[in-house]
Amino acid sequence: MEHLNYRHTAQQRAPGSKRMALVGVVASGNLEVLVERVLPDRVCEVDIRTAAAGFGEIWRLVVADFVERRSPGGLKLSINDGGARPDMVSLRLAQAVRAIEGERL
Amino acid sequence: MNSVLVEGKDPDATWWSAHSWFGASARERVRGLLDADSFEEFIGPEHREMSPHLSLFDLPEQFDDGMIVGRGLLDNAPVLIAAQEGRFMGGAFGEVHGAKLTGLLRAARDIRSMPVLILFDTGGVRLQEANAGELAISEIMRAVIEARLAGVPVVGLVGGRAGCYGGGSLIAGCCSAVAVSEHGRISVSGPEVIETNRGVEEFDSKDRALVWRTMGGKHRRLIGGAEMFADDTVPSFRDAARRLIKRAPPMNVATLDAEQYRLGKRIERFGACADAVDVWRSMGATEPQAIPALAYEEFVALADRLEEPALDAR
Repeated sequence: MEHLNYRHTAQQRAPGSKRMALVGVVASGNLEVLVERVLPDRVCEVDIRTAAAGFGEIWRLVVADFVERRSPGGLKLSINDGGARPDMVSLRLAQAVRAIEGERL
Repeated sequence: MNSVLVEGKDPDATWWSAHSWFGASARERVRGLLDADSFEEFIGPEHREMSPHLSLFDLPEQFDDGMIVGRGLLDNAPVLIAAQEGRFMGGAFGEVHGAKLTGLLRAARDIRSMPVLILFDTGGVRLQEANAGELAISEIMRAVIEARLAGVPVVGLVGGRAGCYGGGSLIAGCCSAVAVSEHGRISVSGPEVIETNRGVEEFDSKDRALVWRTMGGKHRRLIGGAEMFADDTVPSFRDAARRLIKRAPPMNVATLDAEQYRLGKRIERFGACADAVDVWRSMGATEPQAIPALAYEEFVALADRLEEPALDAR
């Protein structure tokens, strides 16, 4: 298992008042994202535990792209990954933010 | 479509009625089964109570260890509920996964007034946690019996992609009552296990029709392994849960004697049958070979007609 952690400054605080949400499942090619509103308004942290070692650079790019697009300020996103591809990871990250913002998925 | 832990607005009835139980996540099943926004989780994913064993095998963990437990309302009455996520390690029982269900059942035993719903979706014991998983199964079976002795109905619901196999099927056998859908399969040994141990002549695990008519929900309903047959929708399982809570038999020596008698009769009547179709024929089905293709309503009508006498057993 590989442990990766990225901390970013976000443009703004993610809207909504929910404390947390969970999306996805740990299965082959899939991942779960636990999102918690526990950080200062402009901070976003993504903490990853993945079964596929050696893909840190791709994770770094996917996470940076996510922070720029969604501006998830105040959120800590914890990931358990079962070897998902980058497109799946991007979708789950976006889904997690929408879930904590209050939209039903 | 996926699980959302934090409740949103109540999903409208149309959305749920079109929603397959088989295709739903464990969290969606819980949410759709209970009254709107009534679910309160115990030891939720934010507590990160994960398996202490999987990292030894370099395997990924899941925040809830594949078991969701909590309480909620069913028709405004409080219930305790547990659901397995069949997509995480086949819904298999590990140490933490099992302990969450044991704790829920012990709470039910002490509270006495809250029925328990168990949403099975499991291949059995998680092999990486072999001994801890086997112990978990034993503890859960004991806890089910203790809860039932305290007068608590414990209802099993089976209709997930992993079915209800191994230790999970033993726990289902201890429940007050079980509802199963066509997609649900209940068996101690899975198809591949039987083929591996006894050979392909005994059981061809690639023969899907054989697997379904031997272990599938229709057969289990007909021979009395399940009290109700549910359609593969969330509202149908909700309806089954509601009815089975009301008709849970008491747990006492008379019930066990009746169950022993019922099982003895089953062997006597069907022991010589080579295939489920032979069983259905000897039960009185005029077109037994047509049963696997019957639609939900047709099958329910047939099952009610052919039903084995319940004999106050379980």
